[in-house]
Amino acid sequence: MSKRIKLEAKDLNGYYGDFHALKNINIAMEEKAVTAFIGPSGCGKSTFLRTFNRMNDYIEGFRAEGEILIDGKDIYRKDVRVDELRKEVGMVFQKPNPFPKSIYENVVYGLKIQGIKKKSVLEEAAETSLRRAALWEEVKDKLHKSALALSGGQQQRLCIARALAISPSILLMDEPASALDPISTAKVEELIYELKNDYTIVIVTHNMQQAGRVSDYTAFFYMGELVEFNKTKTMFTSPKDERTQNYITGRFG
Amino acid sequence: MPHIDIELERLKTKLLEMWDLVEYQLQSGREAMLKADVELAKQIIKRDRKVNQFDVKIDRMCENFFALFTPVAVDLRLVLAVLKINTNLERIGDTAEGIARFVKKLEAPVEPQLLEMTKVLPMYEEALAMLDDCRLAFKNNDPVMAKALIKRDKVLNKIYRKSDAVATKYMAQHPERISEALAILSIIKKLERVGDQVTNIAEEIIFYREAKVVKHRGDKKKKKSSGKNGNNNNNNNEG
Repeated sequence: MSKRIKLEAKDLNGYYGDFHALKNINIAMEEKAVTAFIGPSGCGKSTFLRTFNRMNDYIEGFRAEGEILIDGKDIYRKDVRVDELRKEVGMVFQKPNPFPKSIYENVVYGLKIQGIKKKSVLEEAAETSLRRAALWEEVKDKLHKSALALSGGQQQRLCIARALAISPSILLMDEPASALDPISTAKVEELIYELKNDYTIVIVTHNMQQAGRVSDYTAFFYMGELVEFNKTKTMFTSPKDERTQNYITGRFG
Repeated sequence: MPHIDIELERLKTKLLEMWDLVEYQLQSGREAMLKADVELAKQIIKRDRKVNQFDVKIDRMCENFFALFTPVAVDLRLVLAVLKINTNLERIGDTAEGIARFVKKLEAPVEPQLLEMTKVLPMYEEALAMLDDCRLAFKNNDPVMAKALIKRDKVLNKIYRKSDAVATKYMAQHPERISEALAILSIIKKLERVGDQVTNIAEEIIFYREAKVVKHRGDKKKKKSSGKNGNNNNNNNEG
């Protein structure tokens, strides 16, 4: 049974001023699957990831041509409200970036901005999100302590909980474990594996083994091009393109 | 050369050294058989220990490589292939030892008519040539040569299939030479296994170079053709 397509790019080109950063990208990603983006620094993978929640809109001189579709709808259409889009698409960054507030306030921040004030609703959402992010047991007794007192690995899971609290259907992760120690990395990876039952996840990673462990599909980018996109198993056993093979076996350049 | 390539080269070199030793063992088995050379046979049996040491060493090198380099794609296929080729070479080494054990029982050089009728010598030559060509195919990363080897195994199978009837006939004519004929029959059976093992190795070379699994293809064809022919149980395909 073929799964539904959740995210799609059609003839996508991206430019930073004169620099052609994304070159005619076409890709269709399955719903409730993990897709990993790999490639050397500067290959365009993070830029491409950020087109799915229009984070690039903030970058001066950036423009995109072509289509980015979520559930078949072009998110770059004029009538799309970016704040509504971001409810649908959560994002986690390389460095944990909790707000200098309590653990609880961090998680419910997005909901409060949406105007939800009822305490019971917020508390329930906080617990659910923290449980989903596999952090609840560690923080349930100190919800009102500063988030900054948590370890790096806990802070990153808190950021995941914060992203989940607004009930998105898509989670974008830009190197979410690259600043973490192996134990925290393992926890985040385990979490990704759990979350894919409910979310469509796209993860940018420089760690080949991580891509192998957590993703169902892998896309290899090089110099702004999508070189190869296939099942992760195929990519790591018998890649079709020589550039992919050279990159994943560590023989690039 | 990148570190990973140096390690892979070391692994290949070690396997080729083992290959040389196994070829030497099998060649010596042929000499010992022809001359009923018990001394040479004893040396072969003793030297099998060295083959076993290679087996253990190469297994360990592969294990270390997996642990330290977490290989993918063509590197992964190479190490997987080396592991399996290692196992097959070790078994060919055992075969040479087994032949030596039969030779030890021979009281005189094998009777020429028996050699002639059973075709054990051309079979032995072909098995040795296949093992040597397979080594070249591996050394030169040559899947075309590997594919040709798989076809050559049929020659050995053909001689093996006829050997029962030939040996029976010979034994009926020379009842005083039954034990000698039985020894030759056993050697033929062992050589047939060498052909299968070289085939296995050739399949691993194709897997490593082309990412294609070709083993058991013969079985599939067999099933298909017997399915199509319905009641045709007479199957002449090679295994």
